Amino acid sequence: MTVAGRSRSLRVLDAGVLTTVQDAGRPGLAHLGVPRSGWLDPAAATLANRLVGNPEGAAVLECVLGGLVLEASAAVTVAVTGAECAVHVGRRAAQHAGAVSVPAGSVVSVGAIARGVRCYLAVSGGIAVDPVLGSRSTDTLSGLGPAVVTSGSVLPVGPAVALPSGAVAAAPVPGGVTVLRCTPGPRYDWFTDEALRTLATSAYQVGPDSDRVGLRLDGPALPRSVTGELASEGLVVGAVQVPADGRPLVFLNDHPTTGGYPVLAVVDCSDVGRCAQLRPGDEVRFRWP
Amino acid sequence: MRVLPAGPGALMVEVASTAEAAALYAAARAADLHATDVVPAARTVLFDGVPDRSLLEAWLRSVDLSAADRPVAPGGVVELPTTYDGADLDDVARLWDMTPAEAVAVHTGTVFVVAFCGFSPGFAYCTGLPEELSVPRLDSPRPRVPAGSVGLAGEFTGVYPRSSPGGWRLLGRTDAALWDAEAEQPALLSPGTQVRFVEVDR
Repeated sequence: MTVAGRSRSLRVLDAGVLTTVQDAGRPGLAHLGVPRSGWLDPAAATLANRLVGNPEGAAVLECVLGGLVLEASAAVTVAVTGAECAVHVGRRAAQHAGAVSVPAGSVVSVGAIARGVRCYLAVSGGIAVDPVLGSRSTDTLSGLGPAVVTSGSVLPVGPAVALPSGAVAAAPVPGGVTVLRCTPGPRYDWFTDEALRTLATSAYQVGPDSDRVGLRLDGPALPRSVTGELASEGLVVGAVQVPADGRPLVFLNDHPTTGGYPVLAVVDCSDVGRCAQLRPGDEVRFRWP
Repeated sequence: MRVLPAGPGALMVEVASTAEAAALYAAARAADLHATDVVPAARTVLFDGVPDRSLLEAWLRSVDLSAADRPVAPGGVVELPTTYDGADLDDVARLWDMTPAEAVAVHTGTVFVVAFCGFSPGFAYCTGLPEELSVPRLDSPRPRVPAGSVGLAGEFTGVYPRSSPGGWRLLGRTDAALWDAEAEQPALLSPGTQVRFVEVDR
């Protein structure tokens, strides 16, 4: 089947629930209304790149809940990291969070996710779709970047630049209660003292409508002391915003650049990535310094 | 000027007016500060991705916004050819207590300055109308506003770069390309850009 000089690509036989191309995103353009976007779990995504010998910023596939099936046009190395799932090359089981050799014409399949939400598939050479504003990330809020991956599409793969490292590192997927460290946000003084105590001491459940824009949470209401309307203002990743319905949400990478509801707290950037692996119903607690 | 917390790597600065926010943003741009993102808004400027907060705080103490006069970016005035046939033109004229033709004359006779962008890529909040001509948003947003629609909300005028839901009061439409992700400068209107709407029949 393989022809000398044939371009390297991955044919998508099944795109699963939601698969997007992601890299480190488009920071630096928020003043134009452009969201940051980019992989939600940077630790898992960059590990996948290291395993296959890519530069850290190479584009990977972010796959929600698994079910991704790809056919490689040429021999490549892949690595699947992040959420726990079975990985097969053809019928042969392959290692999760390890460098996996895929012969030309072989099929790589990512099973259903057992724990966590998002797995990352890196391929040696990186996913080489055309960048938009310096990034290959699909921004699900603004629509910038490549389209969501669909079954039947063909994803170009760049030339491999280094030998795969082959090293295996543990894939840290949170289990049980997730504790998110946070500090006060710009409008913490718009909330009652009770709201601050409630956020610091209560359990919140991840809502089913969580997505790349934000982790939406159900739990005790967070009463405001200032009830006026807030002029829209800039948002950071990890901002804990409390909209009119009182359900807090933690903004993730596809968040709008500005928002008109008060931000009570900000989750430490080193903990925001853990939000990528939380499922509806999972319990979240906030810890103040 | 008040510095508000926004997490370990960011600072939010609250100021008294949109003009002060625009002035602070312009000063920050000119100072070439170390920050990944500097995001102006109606009453605030967010500094995100700040490696050294004490350096930024020292710079903030040195900035003088008292002479804040709508700072403009170089590049002259961007003219947007506009057809004034919007669904809310008559309502806006009524709110302004004038005829639709007079309302168009006010809108075309104003040189606006972009204070900030938000809502979607390339959506610019343009200032320049006097405060007494502020108009409330629609009570219920339209599910779909076509790309190029020219609208008013609060103290701002703006153009929808692409079709989206929206609650701004629509005066008309322009076929100017507001956003081109492939261009070196993707947004036609960015903070500091001067804008004039020019009436055309189309």
